[in-house]
Amino acid sequence: MQEAMIKRAKELLADGSVKRVIGWKRGEFAYDITPAVFESAEELDKDFVFDDFTSANVSKYLVKESKKEGKVLVFLKPCDTYSLNQLTKEHRVDRDNIYVIGIPGGPKLDIEKIKAKGITGILSVKNDNYTLKIDTLYGEETMPFSEAILDKCASCKSKKHVTYDELIGEDGDVLDSDRFDMVEKLENMTAQERYDFWREQLSKCIRCNACRNVCPACTCEKCVFDNPNSGVENKAASDSFEENMFHIIRAFHVAGRCTDCGECSRVCPQNIPLHLLNRKFIKDINSLYGEYQAGADTTSRAPLTDYTADDCEASIVHERGAE
Amino acid sequence: MLKISLSRLEELFAAIAEKQTLYIPSDRADGAAEFTKWEPGKALTQKLNTLRSAKDFFFPQTENIVDFKMEGKNIQVIDQRSEHEDFVIFGVRPCDARSFTILDKVFLSEPVDSFYKNRRDHGTVVTMACSRPAETCFCGTFGIDATEPEGDAACWSDGEDLFIKANNDKGQAFIDSISSLLEEGDTAKLDQVKAKTKEILSRLPLANLSTAAFGGDTLNEHFNSEKWAELSESCLGCGTCTFVCPTCQCYDIKDFNTGNGIKRFRCWDSCMYSDFTKMAHGNPRTSQLERFRQRFMHKLVYFPANNNGEFGCVGCGRCLSKCPISMNIVKVMKALEVK
Ligand code: SF4
Ligand code: SF4
Ligand code: SF4
Ligand code: SF4
Ligand code: SF4
Repeated sequence: MQEAMIKRAKELLADGSVKRVIGWKRGEFAYDITPAVFESAEELDKDFVFDDFTSANVSKYLVKESKKEGKVLVFLKPCDTYSLNQLTKEHRVDRDNIYVIGIPGGPKLDIEKIKAKGITGILSVKNDNYTLKIDTLYGEETMPFSEAILDKCASCKSKKHVTYDELIGEDGDVLDSDRFDMVEKLENMTAQERYDFWREQLSKCIRCNACRNVCPACTCEKCVFDNPNSGVENKAASDSFEENMFHIIRAFHVAGRCTDCGECSRVCPQNIPLHLLNRKFIKDINSLYGEYQAGADTTSRAPLTDYTADDCEASIVHERGAE
Repeated sequence: MLKISLSRLEELFAAIAEKQTLYIPSDRADGAAEFTKWEPGKALTQKLNTLRSAKDFFFPQTENIVDFKMEGKNIQVIDQRSEHEDFVIFGVRPCDARSFTILDKVFLSEPVDSFYKNRRDHGTVVTMACSRPAETCFCGTFGIDATEPEGDAACWSDGEDLFIKANNDKGQAFIDSISSLLEEGDTAKLDQVKAKTKEILSRLPLANLSTAAFGGDTLNEHFNSEKWAELSESCLGCGTCTFVCPTCQCYDIKDFNTGNGIKRFRCWDSCMYSDFTKMAHGNPRTSQLERFRQRFMHKLVYFPANNNGEFGCVGCGRCLSKCPISMNIVKVMKALEVK
């Protein structure tokens, strides 16, 4: 796959169809891949990589890159295409200045899950027929591929590319995923249990903003939490209330726009399952306003910014909050 | 050297905790290691290092520094300082132990930061030598020997026993306070463990990373490098690298209006943020390139320029594993050192 991608990128650069290519760049180790912009065949040959660790969703970089002169080629996995559609819908990118090649999705690997097995000194990771052979400073280790799958891939919602200009490989279908299972579990808890669950998680937050900054739905030029004139700017939570509210407010702000790409939880250095907040909103929107998938298209009206006579009444909050 | 059997660790911890608050790195529910207050039954982690650094003990992420209360036309100023209780941090890794030396240079030089000093005076740092370094470790680049830790007192494990030695008076006082549990032990096996660790350290992927191309006199060359554009291109401007870093020392001071007074607090800041060092006219670094450059110039050029050549990184590798886009000081060093 990597070879085919490099070959196609070189062709499009050579015939002038695109000026730049967004993809992933090889790192120091087997897994530390950096999203990057490539401008020449030499750069592509040297560093372009596509493998089990290229999980980063690069669509947000299009906000900046699509505004530059000349077309930009971007390789998008199915989940990433939803993000691009949503950005297009919100007029955050110039879709006409983007050439999308749809590529197959994961499952991608999570190096943290490999390290969690006590495997350290990792020199290389090879996928040998769904057994990972890991060469380390302390000898060779093996573990099943399935146990190292990134969480966002484990509950993949779709293998379908919702926007592309060409495809490498086959397109897939929208999947029946188990992505709401944990949300249901949380819903079935008592209010106290649920509160305790979130306190344990959110109290770990160091307010590094990685979740916000990686999020393709968070593209405000200046986030209110960074704006000294907003009155709510803060670099650290002063108490547990603020610790909770930063995340809850952020989840509200991306409600109906979050495509569930899973990047927030993937990058959180404190392993906070932020995607569960977003999935709760998605699930509620589905049940209160009818099935809706953000990013599935670029034209439909989003339930929370649209009005229909069938919309649920505000009293729903009381009814549901009763238990 | 003095030692105690590893099977008696719980006893040792109990003896320490009887006199002072004891913090040890232990596993939390999500599997990551974190410094936590020891209580009976809490076990030492098997992980190499804690996810967050140990700097919080001396330089917490937030702290209130002074309160103001308005009473008519009078403003009452309430000093928040109080004497800190004595505490022990056990199991600090050699890289993190060195980070305290770096923070000391900032906070203990004139004018002395009394909040930091208060905690430093009351804290005893007991370090633990490494025997299973990770691929992301590069403490050796900064002259740190992971088999000979600094700190007030240092510990080693040979798999059976825990050996302990004082590095200064505070460390000696600590050892004296637990001496009834310790006995003289033979270090033959420990010497083998150390030799083996040294051999692994020499084979680490980053073992040859060198600071030769950096230092206080390399400012213009690096500041003007055209490589910053590419290096900073995909940086998200989050603060993860600075917040997990044991040596990052920047803070912001702000006033919080409580409705009937003001709480002045300080909290960690990050040079990656858009309002870092914001002055009346704005942030002097208007682009992410400049902010990104600041982080690495500070650690590799400005800090050594002001601190007799000491670099502002200890090679702990936290930023290597936690940056969401896997961009870090090692990649920057490798890119910049090539002329
Ligand atoms: S990435 Fe994690 S630690 Fe950082 S601000 Fe978000 S939730 Fe908090
Ligand atoms: S280098 Fe990485 S961790 Fe640091 S601000 Fe940039 S993206 Fe965030
Ligand atoms: S810059 Fe990175 S490796 Fe160096 S001390 Fe900070 S977190 Fe550790
Ligand atoms: S300037 Fe940046 S790199 Fe240096 S200590 Fe401050 S936050 Fe850390
Ligand atoms: S960087 Fe060095 S001292 Fe720190 S944990 Fe790794 S081997 Fe130990």
